[in-house]
Amino acid sequence: MAKTVNIWLDGKHLEVPDTMTIIEVADQNEVYIPRLCYHPDLPPTANCGVCVVEIVGNPTPKRACCTPVSEGMKLITNSKKLRAYRKTLVEMILSNHDVSCPTCVANNKCELQTLANNLGVDSDALPNILEKKPVDESSLSIVRDINKCIACGRCINVCNETQTVYALTFADRGINTHIDTAFSLGMANSPCVNCGQCTVYCPTGALHERSELDAVWEAILDPDKHVIVQEAPSIRVSLGEEFGMPLGSVTPKKMYAALRRIGFDSVMDTNFTADLTIMEEGTECVTKLKAGEKRPLITSCSPGWIKFMETYYPDLADCVSTAKSPMSMFGVLAKTYYAQENNIDPAKIVSVAIMPCTAKKFEARRPELRDSGYQDTDYVLTTREFIRMIKEAGIDFANLPEEEPDKGMSFYSGAGTIFGATGGVMEAAIRSAYYLVTGKDLENVEIQGVRGLEGVKEASVEIPGFGNVNVAVAHGLSNARKVLDRVREGLATKGESPWHFIEIMACPGGCVGGGGQPYGNDIASRARRGLALYEEDRSLPVRQSHRNPEVLKVYEKFLGQPNSPLALKLLHTYYFKRSVTNGQVVGQVTHKHQ
Amino acid sequence: MYKEICEKYTPEKDNLLYILHDIQDHHPQHYIPEEAVQVVAEYLNIPTNHIYGVLTFYTMYSTKPRGKNIIRLCESPPCYIKGSTNILRKLKMLLGVNTGETTKDGMFTLELCACLGVCGNAPVMMINEDVYGDLTEEKVEEIIDKIRRGNQ
Repeated sequence: MAKTVNIWLDGKHLEVPDTMTIIEVADQNEVYIPRLCYHPDLPPTANCGVCVVEIVGNPTPKRACCTPVSEGMKLITNSKKLRAYRKTLVEMILSNHDVSCPTCVANNKCELQTLANNLGVDSDALPNILEKKPVDESSLSIVRDINKCIACGRCINVCNETQTVYALTFADRGINTHIDTAFSLGMANSPCVNCGQCTVYCPTGALHERSELDAVWEAILDPDKHVIVQEAPSIRVSLGEEFGMPLGSVTPKKMYAALRRIGFDSVMDTNFTADLTIMEEGTECVTKLKAGEKRPLITSCSPGWIKFMETYYPDLADCVSTAKSPMSMFGVLAKTYYAQENNIDPAKIVSVAIMPCTAKKFEARRPELRDSGYQDTDYVLTTREFIRMIKEAGIDFANLPEEEPDKGMSFYSGAGTIFGATGGVMEAAIRSAYYLVTGKDLENVEIQGVRGLEGVKEASVEIPGFGNVNVAVAHGLSNARKVLDRVREGLATKGESPWHFIEIMACPGGCVGGGGQPYGNDIASRARRGLALYEEDRSLPVRQSHRNPEVLKVYEKFLGQPNSPLALKLLHTYYFKRSVTNGQVVGQVTHKHQ
Repeated sequence: MYKEICEKYTPEKDNLLYILHDIQDHHPQHYIPEEAVQVVAEYLNIPTNHIYGVLTFYTMYSTKPRGKNIIRLCESPPCYIKGSTNILRKLKMLLGVNTGETTKDGMFTLELCACLGVCGNAPVMMINEDVYGDLTEEKVEEIIDKIRRGNQ
């Protein structure tokens, strides 16, 4: 039981529960204590020492991040001693840091840079003693530059606790302490699932995506290439905040305008294939439900989740939908359907995807995703890279006129757009599964039970003619484990899963909180972006995937019907088993549909 | 072989350090290879990266193959004051290796370590299980020579 205690914060009397730490109380009361390693979404590690405060009667300053408040505590957050203390700490960090700020990917977003600036630190106060070490560029998704690492431990926390992926660890001790993968084998040879949450929580530029910007610019400027671009649902609610617009601004039409000005030949939308995914996955789900299948169906859109499943839960691979992700469905259709319709040689098509995700870079290079006869998706840019592209092109995003996308693979329903928030795929699937079973549309399409940021959400939806469909939604891989462990247990003890249909997203909050999203991507901003997607859903004329006219057209003209032989060939895939030590493939566990 | 060593202990996380020591002691090159860590990780249900963190934290463990004789020279302040840097220079010269390295013939590995608890006899080093104190450059030369001859 929490007790209420009296404390004095810079002379101001407060009554607060004794379960809070000093920094939490300060944040709640608009007192900003400078900090570096502390992040409100993560447990405190007390590594940097910047957040020190004076407790009257205590000879040495204490770290506010890990010191709980207690009765009668008199706290001083700003004094000559503390300022000197913090300054020295930051000077010491800078003396062992690759201070190349103007060209660093984290410039203007770097928490170390801001802190040094705020504290009035002289960057030459101490000589720089950094011995440059090689940058880990082994991964297709994430680059780790140890020279910019300040060993705050946030990446370790998010990798091991939030995501339970266990790729990163502290190695060595004392002054030699550094962050590493096991046996220094590099990110590509670790169980890393490429979710990129480490890049989001890194306070400096030590962790970032492997950039494909140069290659994309080159393709755009090559007159022989036809460059087609798709953008994931969450992109349209994550751009505005970088250009002075309020957090959660819904800007799909400015986004299309920006892409056209950058020079993409064809501006389409991933939301279109999100609707298509629902048709394929929904049909798969309904088939399973009708057959009385005891094993659940689990969504397959999130590439971080897929690699996680292949590494830690390969025994459940047969439960995962065979449907490719919306990005990969778009990739394969761009080089088949779109090429045919527009009479373009698919060899000349360069397919670019703008994703909130670092794991999509890995997905795009999966050797099995080449059903078009080419690599289905050529390049993947994160939201951050796209923002850089807009800036490089000198585009004034906030003042762009609104433009429509090109036609053919860009129309989307509200169901497609909510894919970007946790629970969105589930909600979209229910809207269409209901129709597929009953032949009628759901009266109220909003399924509140699967919305929101609770780690594991459960709901039960009655579908006439079938009965109750039990569903679960998990976001963040530690939450996924909770659901999957119960599925394993249910299958082992009762021979059936507690849920029929499960949505799993690797990143907390879903794609709006993806590893490729703008820096400062904390839980609060993820929630705001998610709400923006639901706002957009409400504003759209079509809110169900099976009512998307362009989706109906692609079936009519090209694919036949959902799960037709051609759809199974182009839009479905299979999975592998991977080593928990190094993430490498050790075998194939499911097979391509025949 | 690693599996057999693991099975001498109950599969509880508390046994990690004992198992790692046992593996290292039984390895002809006195180290803990990657394959061994995989076996331990599976046996104790601990992620590989955590075990790697433990291995690199404690100086008694090595993740690289080591020589037949492991020299650990104390680098703590009392030994430093009594001239351990001269001893280190002498050892490097005699063996032709840097700290953390193994001689080409696989005879010696040179390491630094924290206090060995015999500060009264600083500077101090250990070779395998034996402690050598009150070191001088001449004494170090004799000790190394003796071990070399003993091995021929």
